[in-house]
Amino acid sequence: MTSTTAEDQFYREFIIDHFKNPRNFGRLEDPDITHEEDNPFCGDVIGMDFRIKEGVIDDVKFHGRGCTISQASASLLTERLKGISLEEAKKISKADVIGELGIEISAARIKCALLPLKVLKVGAYGLADEDDGEG
Amino acid sequence: MTTNGAPRLDVAEIRKDFPIFETGIAYLDSANTSQRPRQVTGAMMDYFEHFNSNTHRAAYHIAEVATDRYEGTREKVRAFINAASTKEIIYTRGTTEAINLVAYSWGRKNVRSGDLIVLTILDHHSNIVPWQILAAANGAHIEFVDVDDRGELRQDQYRELLEHSPKLVAFGQVSNAIGTINPAREMVAAAKAAGATVLVDGAQGAPHQGVDVRALGCDFYAFSGHKMLGPTGAGILYGRRELLESMDPFQSGGDMIKAVRIEGATYNDLPWKFEAGTQAIAEVIGLGAAVDYLAGLGMDAVRAHEREITEYAYEALSDIEGLTVYGPPPSRRAGVISFSLEGIHPHDLATIADRGQVCLRAGHHCAMPLMTRLGVGATSRASFYVYTQKDEVDRLVSSIKEAQRILK
Repeated sequence: MTSTTAEDQFYREFIIDHFKNPRNFGRLEDPDITHEEDNPFCGDVIGMDFRIKEGVIDDVKFHGRGCTISQASASLLTERLKGISLEEAKKISKADVIGELGIEISAARIKCALLPLKVLKVGAYGLADEDDGEG
Repeated sequence: MTTNGAPRLDVAEIRKDFPIFETGIAYLDSANTSQRPRQVTGAMMDYFEHFNSNTHRAAYHIAEVATDRYEGTREKVRAFINAASTKEIIYTRGTTEAINLVAYSWGRKNVRSGDLIVLTILDHHSNIVPWQILAAANGAHIEFVDVDDRGELRQDQYRELLEHSPKLVAFGQVSNAIGTINPAREMVAAAKAAGATVLVDGAQGAPHQGVDVRALGCDFYAFSGHKMLGPTGAGILYGRRELLESMDPFQSGGDMIKAVRIEGATYNDLPWKFEAGTQAIAEVIGLGAAVDYLAGLGMDAVRAHEREITEYAYEALSDIEGLTVYGPPPSRRAGVISFSLEGIHPHDLATIADRGQVCLRAGHHCAMPLMTRLGVGATSRASFYVYTQKDEVDRLVSSIKEAQRILK
């Protein structure tokens, strides 16, 4: 097998950095919202704690285990959520999340990338997402 | 180490029958589905191109050929598992449908409120969920035999459960998730002595070792064609004749009847009573070719090769720092190695391995109760078959080291 890692789109430095040094990782004391979701395909669980002040996300932390994609995605999402209103947060789309990761994601890994967004949507707004079945 | 006296497989020669290897892949996911040799796809193409027609219905020549080839698989399978009669060989879509057939046709009639069903924590979802549905419908309850720290069934606990006279015992001959080979013969004998009806899920058994259902002594034995070089969509339920005779049909419609009148229908004889509608004709013919192929290799040689490759992989993987292998030692495991890597998620390993064309499974392997028991969400799994060569294992090892280099 040849080593092409340096150029490897998937595991580029940016993703690895968020995986190894996740931002906003941990728990909040007395959160206003706390919610967990799992990916039944691999058993990964991601949870988020939110502190809300006057409709704005004052603080957010995530916890749980997962692969590079789900961890980096959670890290990036929490960075983006801090300080914005719940109304703004509601507008974050799947395409936004994938765009921010900036890498090509195979169909098999798309659920990993979107798990943190699901935690936000279901936790903060009770919006269950479509199509979640897995053998 | 190789098994004494068994003829060896000529893997280089075997691989020439599998065009897919020309793509350069290292295929380590045969427990999921196997590859298929030209002999199998050729037999199917022969049907499509030369005698494509429906079976059991038409009076013209090509339909007779189709029916002969289709029915011919039954005798091949009968001989392959040493059943007493072709009447005991029911075509299904696969193991899952075979187990569902038993749960429906035998289970609904025979399992009653308060009855005990014994399963094991090693079982595949397809040998758990049909029984859960049956238990919920009929008021039965289910107990699971646990594993010890090596991933082997706790036989002491199994014997205790048998003392409660279960109505049904169903277990996998080999664990698809961690490769444990269960002592099936002893377990069947004990269950029969306790008065239970016994189903053995042979999805990971029949492809990899010689099976003799009469020596095994079980009432039902289920397996899939696609894990033994055959196509998807064709599998087998073996059932003891008197049990099959006593059961009602599973699905109903054409071909499974003798006569239909407005007042009602009489059912066809075995095995056709359980084969409603137009069947997977090409796939069944393909399965027959797969059985011929395996019989030609000899199942002792198949088992010996897998054992050799498994021992090689087990040693190579055990040498890697931070790698944990689940399940028993190589002598008591089939060609399946499930493992985890410290700090590296199975999905990430699978993706990195894929960059080197190494096909590796990551996930719960349709054995979520076992994953929970092992305390892992998912594992990586390499599994082997007749065409697996050491070079493919070496490529897996390189992938693992690559993943460690990137992610640690």
